[in-house]
Parts: sequence; structure tokens; C-alpha cells
Amino acid sequence: MKLYCLSGHPTLPCNVLKFKSTTIMLDCGLDTTSVLNFLPLPLVHSPRLSKLPGWISKDGSINLEKELKECAGRVFVDAQPEFCLPERELLDLSTIDVILISNYHCMMALPYITEHTGFTGTVYATEPTLQIGRLLMEELVNFMERVPKAQAATCWKNKEVQRMLPGPLKDAVDVWTWKRCYSMQEVNSALSKVQLVGYSQKVELFGAVQISPLSSGYSLGSSNWIIQSHHEKVSYVSGSSLLTTHPQPMDQSSLKNSDVLILTGLTQMPTANPDGMLGEFCSNLAMTIRAGGNVLVPCYSSGVIYDLLECLYQFIESASLGTTPFYFISPVANSSLEFSQIFAEWLCHNKQTKVYLPEPPFPHAELIQTNKLKHYPSIHGDFSSDFRQPCVVFTGHPSLRFGDVVHFMELWGKSSLNTVIFTEPDFSYLDALAPYQPLAMKCVYCPIDTRLNFHQVSKLLKEVQPLHVVCPEQYTQPPVTQSHRSDLMLELQPPPMPYRRCSVLSLPFRRRYERVYILPELANSLVPSEVKAGVSVATVSAVLHSKDNKHTLQSVPKPPPVAPSKKRKRVIEEPPVTLSPKPLLSGAVPLEAFLATLQKHGITEVKVEETSEGHILHLQAEDTLIQLEEDGTHIVCDNNEPLRTTLRDLVLRFLQKL
Amino acid sequence: MPEIKVTPLGAGQDVGRSCILVSIGGKNIMLDCGMHMGYNDDRRFPDFSYITQNGRLTDFLDCVIISHFHLDHCGALPYMSEMVGYDGPIYMTHPTKAICPILLEDFRKITVDKKGETNFFTSQMIKDCMKKVIPLNLHQTVQVDDELEIKAYYAGHVLGAAMVHIKVGSESVVYTGDYNMTPDRHLGAAWIDKCRPDILISESTYATTIRDSKRCRERDFLKKVHESIERGGKVLIPVFALGRAQELCILLETFWERMNLKAPIYFSTGLTEKANHYYKLFITWTNQKIRKTFVQRNMFEFKHIKAFDRSYADNPGPMVVFATPGMLHAGQSLQIFKKWAGNEKNMVIMPGYCVQGTIGHKILNGQRKLEMEGRATLDVKLQVEYMSFSAHADAKGIMQLIRMAEPRNMLLVHGEAVKMEFLKGKIEQEFSIDCYMPANGETVTMTTNPSVPVDMSLNLLKREMALGGPLPDPKKPRAMHGTLIMKENSLKLVSSEQALKELGLNEHQLRFTCRVQFQDPHSDSDTLHRIYTHLKSVLKDYTIQHLPDGTVMVESIVIKVSSSAEDANAKVLLLSWSYQDEDLGSYLSSLLKKGLPT
Repeated sequence: MKLYCLSGHPTLPCNVLKFKSTTIMLDCGLDTTSVLNFLPLPLVHSPRLSKLPGWISKDGSINLEKELKECAGRVFVDAQPEFCLPERELLDLSTIDVILISNYHCMMALPYITEHTGFTGTVYATEPTLQIGRLLMEELVNFMERVPKAQAATCWKNKEVQRMLPGPLKDAVDVWTWKRCYSMQEVNSALSKVQLVGYSQKVELFGAVQISPLSSGYSLGSSNWIIQSHHEKVSYVSGSSLLTTHPQPMDQSSLKNSDVLILTGLTQMPTANPDGMLGEFCSNLAMTIRAGGNVLVPCYSSGVIYDLLECLYQFIESASLGTTPFYFISPVANSSLEFSQIFAEWLCHNKQTKVYLPEPPFPHAELIQTNKLKHYPSIHGDFSSDFRQPCVVFTGHPSLRFGDVVHFMELWGKSSLNTVIFTEPDFSYLDALAPYQPLAMKCVYCPIDTRLNFHQVSKLLKEVQPLHVVCPEQYTQPPVTQSHRSDLMLELQPPPMPYRRCSVLSLPFRRRYERVYILPELANSLVPSEVKAGVSVATVSAVLHSKDNKHTLQSVPKPPPVAPSKKRKRVIEEPPVTLSPKPLLSGAVPLEAFLATLQKHGITEVKVEETSEGHILHLQAEDTLIQLEEDGTHIVCDNNEPLRTTLRDLVLRFLQKL
Repeated sequence: MPEIKVTPLGAGQDVGRSCILVSIGGKNIMLDCGMHMGYNDDRRFPDFSYITQNGRLTDFLDCVIISHFHLDHCGALPYMSEMVGYDGPIYMTHPTKAICPILLEDFRKITVDKKGETNFFTSQMIKDCMKKVIPLNLHQTVQVDDELEIKAYYAGHVLGAAMVHIKVGSESVVYTGDYNMTPDRHLGAAWIDKCRPDILISESTYATTIRDSKRCRERDFLKKVHESIERGGKVLIPVFALGRAQELCILLETFWERMNLKAPIYFSTGLTEKANHYYKLFITWTNQKIRKTFVQRNMFEFKHIKAFDRSYADNPGPMVVFATPGMLHAGQSLQIFKKWAGNEKNMVIMPGYCVQGTIGHKILNGQRKLEMEGRATLDVKLQVEYMSFSAHADAKGIMQLIRMAEPRNMLLVHGEAVKMEFLKGKIEQEFSIDCYMPANGETVTMTTNPSVPVDMSLNLLKREMALGGPLPDPKKPRAMHGTLIMKENSLKLVSSEQALKELGLNEHQLRFTCRVQFQDPHSDSDTLHRIYTHLKSVLKDYTIQHLPDGTVMVESIVIKVSSSAEDANAKVLLLSWSYQDEDLGSYLSSLLKKGLPT
């Protein structure tokens, strides 16, 4: 069993597991942090951005002023943003049988894998994961295609050139493999390969392996996966949460008894408490509004935003924000809000109970109904006429490189009355803000990451007790910036097996058994005998049939029947056919009991001689010797076949057959 | 021999109070727990005393599964759980769990408040009963206990209707509840995978019907409603609050819009608004088209359909009213019916099945004079139309489901005996499987023949698969040998050697030595060589070796030659073999006794 690691990003994993005869990709995360190296894509012409100076190396030897622009001491690529894809050279992607998706954030690279690689398999995901994942992809494509940038920048990727660039561009890895965003057509084609599954549904793969998604508590429809055969069990844990937010709670007990547990998607903010961050979010928001400023919340269109809105729903009245307009701007804002209300099965118990009433599970329905929250597909159209300030705007993309958020950064950045509050943990906020510097706007960093922290995960692992843990190498040492915090790493016995991008791990597995099925006819013909208390054995002679990785044993077809009386004759005439060899024997032949049995069968003249290993029985009338020892019996008998077979059967009475 | 037992307590050769007991692999499961619309006495509920004469049912049932929210499938549930007594798990889907208590409360109100019956379950009992419910998701495998697992499939029929697959070990049963094999305007079609259950328990409401295309029926329905409205008549459509009602509302809504009609459409109970909410929130349970477009346009927000007030019934002019309940056995639909029955311009359209004993059933059978409570009779002058909009599978649909699931046996419930008989014949003929149709209280027992799962040592398996070659030879099957170790609940199949090792047993060698004497005028070594050639010619498939130390070995049987001291021609052959070669050793000793061919 092997694990191929195609992504080095611990929360956006992409691993391939070879298990029995199947090749299973676990998640398909797209590392979007690469876009931070690019200039923002403004929705309307931005004089500031267009006036940024081009970059020329200090000695003037390299002139990339068309491709690279300088802003507040940092250099950015002036081209359509590109993403860092999972590794595609480590193994042949067309051999992948299935892809298991754990949550909608971990599927954004799907079109790169399923299209143009010869992939012919199936993708498994839950319904919310598919629907919301589709929305996020649609949004991404829309953000990119709305402001097309013809210019491609490739010169800076030249190894010699890149070496000369200032950081962080200089240190960017694998820049040649970076790719532009996919098209909607590719998204549709990729998603058409998705097969929907429900929690705890058991799906058979080629009869060899069974997969099953479990609730992971992180987002709507998010799942961990169990990949198992009858004797081996691999758990794949990705993006799980033990906090009570909107999704169904995490199913922990089903992870028990794993041989290997692959652990990814822990919190990216191990020191930030989500509840505390939420409180800070609200108070900063209220403060800014009261002072007459606007609040910008760069966010994804699904996920934490539901919790933010729910928190605000309770907060609005008490903070007397009742008249402040809340705007949610995204091409998929409406769909995201609508979809969140229809997944009752995937919600926590409290929200399910509301659906039974029947009421919408999320209170943002009421915010919309009372006109407190308005949503728009973009800043163009209706929004421009409805727009009132001061206000709160939720919009994407959290990288601040594309989407409507770019417009608001340009619009509000110059005033210190306004505040941008970062809630998504995926991007360093300082890096995100870099191309907007110098900035007068207040910046508040309240990252809300509900995924497991190190404390929770070690408790979880203690509970479910996997034999081995595999995890990204980042989890086996404290963060670089906090190297003294040994509590911010995984400490396990045996130590976890770390992986990095392009690792190939051999998982420590010893498969010893395989499930086979004995057909009823054969099962009925078996004769069990007890060898010790509670343990019975039966010898099995059978024909093995293997089909579709399922093995069955059935009776050996009988040769044409031979009448028992004729049998002896036949044996003499024809050599025996070795259909069933004799079983192995075990036990010992006790002397006294054996003698008694001989007597019963009319053999009375027995001379017993003691030897160092046992006894020799001399059957004087028959001129036959029987050597009885602890682990062997030897019958020496000449020319008297009936006697020999009688003696044989008498000896066998005392022995167990295996 | 393991067996599965099925006993209907209700719905055996009947429609109403569905309640089927299944015993499988030592587990007892109750499928549905419904009431009968046709009775007002004890026969209304299934006879639970069949399970136990006295006391609670908890000890006798491992779980109860409710297929959907119709009262003939869940109406007896609070009675069973709270009044007879059952504290075990009750499973139903989320929509069923949401809607079921509302219908039960309605049912209770009509029975207790309107008809004044006592000794009936209370509102609190409904609540307590619902606390025992565990929601089921589609396709989720729910482990009821270590051995019993259940899995729900989409059944169409009504919002949240499910079929269940019940499995213990390798034995399994599928219960369909009510289902529909053709998608309609708001729900999808039932689907199940090829799960090959030992028994498929199917409803058979429309066992003998093959319904024409849905489009035709819809056109007919709209035409009739339209004609009636045109001539100023009032149209009453008795429905159940959830289910058919929504489908017909969607139908009329779009028709009204297209034809720009002005006559009012009313929906009678306060439940409507609520009911439509359920459809909006459980939109994932509706058909693909509605699911796909719900963000842009929610099909369950009606523009033309308004809430009904009882005073509207006397308003002049045409109108269409959807009123509950659907079989005209009580409530508002019956009141309106009484009001409108006398006018031949009016029309009642029965869109679903009516059980025996209800007014719906009577008028559908052409009865024009009805005895009402008291001594009054009611003349039925209005037009009575029947349109099968019930979302049940017809004969074709039932056959289709059998093809999907490939059951080993078939069992029909929820239908009329005569019709079942016909379908039974058809099934037995077409699929050559046994088909049963037990009456209430009658038990069907089927023996199953499950294979036994064992864990085979991978070494042994790999060795066998390697020896067997890539393709099996059907003419010369290879037999493999091993030892099955049975310890507690585990069954392990290993090679005999490994079995000895695992069980910590010593091996006991049983050997035989035989002397055979015959005359052979040759030197010892020549004799040995002659034996070698002789055996070589006789035993074709065996390994025979002539070893330099003066022995011949056939497989592991050792043959040595010596000559007697007195007579050099009198040869003594020494054969020695172990018990494992008994057949061959015994054969050789007899063979060599005959001497060597000259």
C-alpha cells in the first residue's frame, strides 16, 4: 500500500492512495496562495494600479517593466492570476479510479485533474459539497472572466530571471506549473463525473474496497472517509471540526480501529479561538459603523459567512445597527443563501428542528425578508442604485486579487474611517493587502478557522487509536514563527509519518487475511471437530472461484460415482487420483487406551517394550510392530493389508485431523 | 436452515393500516404502523396482541421503520409506542419525521374533538412518540445494532417516501412502502440498486392497472376542470394536504397562467402554507427539474392559489377547491361535498385511491344516494370523476422494480386479493420466482441459504490463485485444501501446517512400513531400476525419482530393495510412507506384490 502526496499544502491536500487493486485520490485541493504574487484585477479602471512603475533590476540588466510592477516596495506580476496545481508528474493521473472529496474547499483543482489527463474514473462527494463546490468554482471563473487580461507573463518565470527577483517572487516554487483558471465548460464536465453519496453510505469499489463518507463537522456536507476491506482500514481525516456551528457534528467513533489514519486539514490558526474572533469581529464592525465608516469583509461565498450572518442577526438589534445596510455581493450570493436552507439532513440538530416546524434553518432568511441583508450578483446593476453608506459589505475573493472586493479596497482604502476585517484564514492578511499600500483604512485580522486544533486532535487520536498516523510534515514541528510552542505540533507514539509535496510513502500494512465465501452446499458438508475447548476445526477441500475480487469456495465436483464394493478393485487397477490429500494429524496415542482398543478388536497377544521415546508393541500373532511415540506412530506390517488398515483406523481414532 | 418470516398485521390482501412484521437472522422488525380509514372501531389499528398478549412490545421488536407520512402507514404509531408500549428505535426520513406529527395531530383532532372518541392517543403522546424517532438519510447505512443494518432508497410517492433495505449477515429484505416508478410534476421516480434481496415486499395498489401516459391524464384533468368552470360550476378536489395536492396545484397554477383564467382556486386547510414550506425546505427530495431551478423560481410559491374560508363555499360563481381529507370520510372535504352534491353543474374529482367504507369509495362505485349520519340521505347529483393521480407503481412499475432489485422471492401487500392474485401469476411466470400474498395474521416462512463468510489466509489464497493460473479450467477444477479454524465468532481458513502452528498443536507422524517379497533373478540395483521403470510406466502423473543412495521415491514414498541372505533372487522390498500418502502407498504395496512384468 502506497501513498503519493501531490500537494504540500496541509489544508488543501491532494493525495493518492494505492490500496489493494484500487487507486484512490483523496481530495483535490488547489493552492491559491500563488495569486498573492499577482496584481489585483480591478472591476473598473484603477488609475492607481495602472500608474504603478514597472520593475527593472537594480543594475538595469533585466527589464521586465511590462510583466512586473512595483508597489510599496514589493513586486507583483501584472497578468491574470495563476494557481499552483497538485503535482502531475508523480504518477499517471489516468490510472486513478476514484476521487474522494471531503469538502467544497478541497475540490477546487478538480477540473485540472479530471480534464485533459485521460481520467476516466468517478468522483464521490456529498450533495452539499457538489452544489456549493460548483458555486465556488462558478464564482472563481466568473471573477476571472469578467475582467479578461490578454497579457500573459512568462519571462519572469525563467529560472535565471526569477533568481534575480526580489522576494517573495524569488522563492515561489514550481512557477512553470502554475496555471490559469479553468473555464465553466471544464467545470461542468468535471462535475458531471461526480457521484453523490450520503453519510455512512457504503460504496463498493470493484468488490475489493469499500468507501464510506462520515460527517466531519466542518462545513455543509463535509466528510472524512473510511477506506476499508474486510481486514484493513484506512481513515482519511480532512477538515474536521468539533465546534457547534451549523453542520452536522463530526462522527468520531467510526474512525476507531484504523490501521492507518491520514490526517490533514487542521486549523491554520492554532492560537486564535474562533469564538473570541467572532466577538472581535462584531465589536470592530459596530465601532466602525458608529463612527460613520464602512466595513468590508472579504470572504468566501459559503461557509463561515453563514455563521457571521447568524451572529450578526443576534447582534444587530443590541448594537443598534438595525438601519445599517448589509450587502452580500457575489455572482453566486443568491444561490449560496438559498442552497444553505435546503440541506436539512446535513445540519446540526438545532437547525434540523427548525426545519421540522417548518422554518428556514438559517436566520439570514429573515434578514433578507426584513431587507436588512441584500444580495447582488455584482457591483454593477441594481447595487449601484441601492448602495447606501455607511454599510457592511461581504464579498470575495479573500485574496483581494480579484472579485468585487478589489473595487471596495480601491474605493474605501483611502479613508481611515473604514475598516477591512479579515475572517478567512487562507491568506496572510499582510500579503493580501500589499498591493494596496499605502493604506489609510483600518485593518482587523479576525481569522475564524473552526478546524481541529492540536489539542483537540491529540484527544481525538487518543480516543480512536489508529495504529499509524500519516500527516503533512508541517504538523510534526512547531510553526516557524513560534518555534518554542511544542504544543502546536503532533506528538504521538509511534511518531506520525510525515509527508511533503512529491513524497511517496509505503504504508506499514501487513495484509494477512482476505474475505472468502463458502457456498452453502460446501458449508453443510464440512465436519467440524473440537480440538480444544471452544475451538473446532474442519478440513476443507474446495474449488476456489475468484471473480470481480470476490472469492467463493464451492464443493469439488464429484468424479463419477464408484460403488463402494468395487472401490478396492479399482484402486488396484488404477493409480489413485489425489483429489483430497489426507489431513495432518495431531495429538498422541495413549498406550493403555490403545491396548484396550486392540483387545476389543481381537488382538490380544501384544508384547509391550519400553524405549527411550515411547513404546514398541509387538503383535506376536500377526508378526507386526507398532512403534508408539509422543509425536509419531510407525506401523510395520508385512503382507497383511486388511490388518494394516484396521490398525491405521484404530490409531486414527486417537488423533485429531487438520 | 436460516429462515425469514413475514407476517402482515395489516395490508395483507388489503389496503390500509400497513403493518408488516419481519423476522430475519434473529431480528424482529416492524415495517410501518398504519391505521385503516375504512373503520372506526378496533379494526382501525393493527392487532398488536399478535406480537405479545400482554405487556410492552420493546422486548419483541428490534426496530420500527416508517416508510412515509400517510396515515395508513404511520397512523397507529403513537398508539403502538405510547399506549401499547414500545421504547426501541423508530426510523423514518427527515421529511416524514417533520410532517408525520402534523398529520397525526390532525387525525387525533378529528377523532377526539369532532367525533368525541375517548381512549385515543393524546397530543403529548404524539410528541413522546416522535422523540423515539431517528431520522434516516437516503442511502445512508444505519447500523441498528451490530448485526442489523438498514438503508433507505428514494420511493417517489410523496415527499420523503422511502423504500428500505434490511440486512442481517448475508440475508436481506426490501420493503417498498408505497412507491412510484414514473417521475411526476414534483417528485422523482423510485430507484433501488441491484441488491438481490431474499424477499421483496412490494405494495400492489395498482396490481392490474397499466396506466396511460401521465400527460394524457393531466390533459384530461385540466379539460374537465376547465369545462366545469366554463359552465359556472364548482369543482371539489378532495386531497390529502401533502402530496398529490402539490402536484395538482402546480398543474393548475401553470394552466391558469397559460390560459389567463380568473376563477379562484382555493386550498382548504391552514396546512397549505405550511405544507408548501416543507416542500421548499426539503426541495432535495423533489424531482430534478424543480431542484435545478429552485433558486430562480420556487415551484411551491403559488400566485393563483389562495387560502379557503368555509364561507366561500356558498359564494356564487365558479371556483376550484382543494379540500382535505382525500377520501371524503370526514372533515372539510366532506362538508363541502354535502353542500355541492345537489347541483349537477358541480363536479368532484377524486384524484386518488379510496378505501372501502369511505364516501369516496361509495360514490366512485356509482352510488347516488348516500346515507348520512342521522337518518338523512344525500342525493348525489354532481358529476363524479375519478383520475388516478395516486403516485403508486402500476403493474408495469412493479415489474420494473423487480427487474431492478432482482429479488429471490416476492411478497405482495397493500392491495386487493383478486388483483394480487393476477399479478402474482404474472410475476411467477415472468421471473420464475415464488410470489406470496399472505392475509393479515398469516405467516410466510422462507428458508434462505446464505454463504458463510470466512477469513482466508492471504498466503494460502495467493498460492492457490497462482497455482490456479490466470483462467480457471472448467473441465478440470483445481481443488484447494485447508483447515477451517472456528473460534468464538471467527472463521479462519488457513493451510493445515499453519493451523497446527496457530493452535499450538504438535504434528503426529503416522508412518507405515511394508515388506513385499517376490522373486526376481537380478542384482538388487537392477531390480530397483526395473521397479523404477515399471512405476514410471504405470504412474504417469507422479514424480518418481531414482536416487543415487539406492532408493526409489514416488512422491514422498520410499522404496528400498534388499535380497535375502539365503536366496539372492528372493527380493525384499521395503516401502515406507506417511499417512498423507496413504492412498498411494497402499496402492503401491498391492501393485508391487504382484511382482514385476517380465
